[in-house]
Amino acid sequence: MESGLRIFLLILCGMYNMLGFAANGTDSVPVPPVQSESLKSMIQQEPVIQPEIKRRQVTEAQIDTENFEIGLFAGLLSIEDFGSKPVYGARLTYHITEDIFFEGTLGFSKLGQTSQEVFSKTLNFSDRKYSYYTGALGYNLLPGQAYIGRNTTFNTALYVVAGIGSTKVAGETRFTAMYGSGYRVVLKDWLALHANVRDYVYSIDVTGKQKKANTIEISLGATYFF
Amino acid sequence: MRLLVISVLLSIGMGTSFAAAPVEHNVVQVYDPYIELHTGPGRGYPVFYVVSRDEWVEIIVRQTDWFKVRSETGIEGWVARNEMLQTLSPDGKRIELKEASQEDFVDRRWEMGMLGGDFQGAYVITTYGGYHLTENISTEVSLSQVLGNLSSSVMLGFHLVEEPFPEWTVSPFFSLGTGLIETKAKSTLAVVKDRRNNFSHYSIGARMYLTKRFLVRIDYGNYVIFTTKDNNEEIREWKAGFAFFF
Repeated sequence: MESGLRIFLLILCGMYNMLGFAANGTDSVPVPPVQSESLKSMIQQEPVIQPEIKRRQVTEAQIDTENFEIGLFAGLLSIEDFGSKPVYGARLTYHITEDIFFEGTLGFSKLGQTSQEVFSKTLNFSDRKYSYYTGALGYNLLPGQAYIGRNTTFNTALYVVAGIGSTKVAGETRFTAMYGSGYRVVLKDWLALHANVRDYVYSIDVTGKQKKANTIEISLGATYFF
Repeated sequence: MRLLVISVLLSIGMGTSFAAAPVEHNVVQVYDPYIELHTGPGRGYPVFYVVSRDEWVEIIVRQTDWFKVRSETGIEGWVARNEMLQTLSPDGKRIELKEASQEDFVDRRWEMGMLGGDFQGAYVITTYGGYHLTENISTEVSLSQVLGNLSSSVMLGFHLVEEPFPEWTVSPFFSLGTGLIETKAKSTLAVVKDRRNNFSHYSIGARMYLTKRFLVRIDYGNYVIFTTKDNNEEIREWKAGFAFFF
């Protein structure tokens, strides 16, 4: 009895959904708007959009804006003295104008072994964590397009970034200057892919002598526009 | 049975949400002889299509000062703000698209920025957020990291900022504040001890409006850190950076 009722209710809800979709479908079928005769002859196909009959005002607030970008990245970090290790992180970008953007980045990695540790065993770092944050300004230097296949075009931009931040390496927190360059491929209005090469410069003395270290990062990432 | 009822209720909910989704299009009519559609949201992207007078376009999305539109023939492209200004709403009025200007800079409510500089020989990085109570008075919360050779500190500060001439392109300000500083000694040194102190702070500085929602700022200040020793520590700081406002 109960299984019969179950089947009946399932059929009922299936039909309901189908009706719902069908009704929605009829809503979006375009109806040709009233146009001048010359225009009608110019446009053979049915127009995709039509003006609303209701005389309403379009205001700035109704338009969806997408000036923020948030995303994750992963790559390889060549940490001076500590070998190369995988790196991953997150980035938030605010596009101030079509050219300038601000971005904040958090990144995490691990220290490999220094050659001193490997050969003489006189040094041993118990804290092998590596993390950093940076705040930077970016400039879209070379906007352009990429053509993949015959029918696909993506907007792209080669951008440069420079900023400051801090790096935590082997328990020491160091002031860090960062500069680099990236390539953005916009797949959809809301989705972009990024490839980045960045250099992080900080001064450090964990291996004995105070010196400037250059840590170079290559990464790939994806971002969401909102 | 309960599961069944839930699934039915859910499917009805889904059904209605699909059926009742309102389709509100932002459509505008071209008033200029024509508007140009670029392939991307920037002046560097080429023009590939034009929409002529009296035709309608639907505004899909906005990125900075560029608007993605769909023409009656279904072609999508990006239109610059100054061309969008030459379009009419269905009610026959021109659409208003404000550009952030120096006027908005004077009237700004929220401000966020990042500064870097020198804190008595150490590096300092500060992020701050501000809220303007009036044109002249604002409150700010700042979070700073001080990175020295012997120690590193984190500072949380609350400030009251007075800006006597907000309409000037280079607008000076005075700031008074207080907060908390936590200092951690470098792990290899025993000379400096970990500690937490209160501080008071005053500074003078200036903001300069650059373009759109963008400004630069410099700051010169003095900190008094209240220690348990006989003398309080006095620290001079300068920093410079950029900010944007809403």
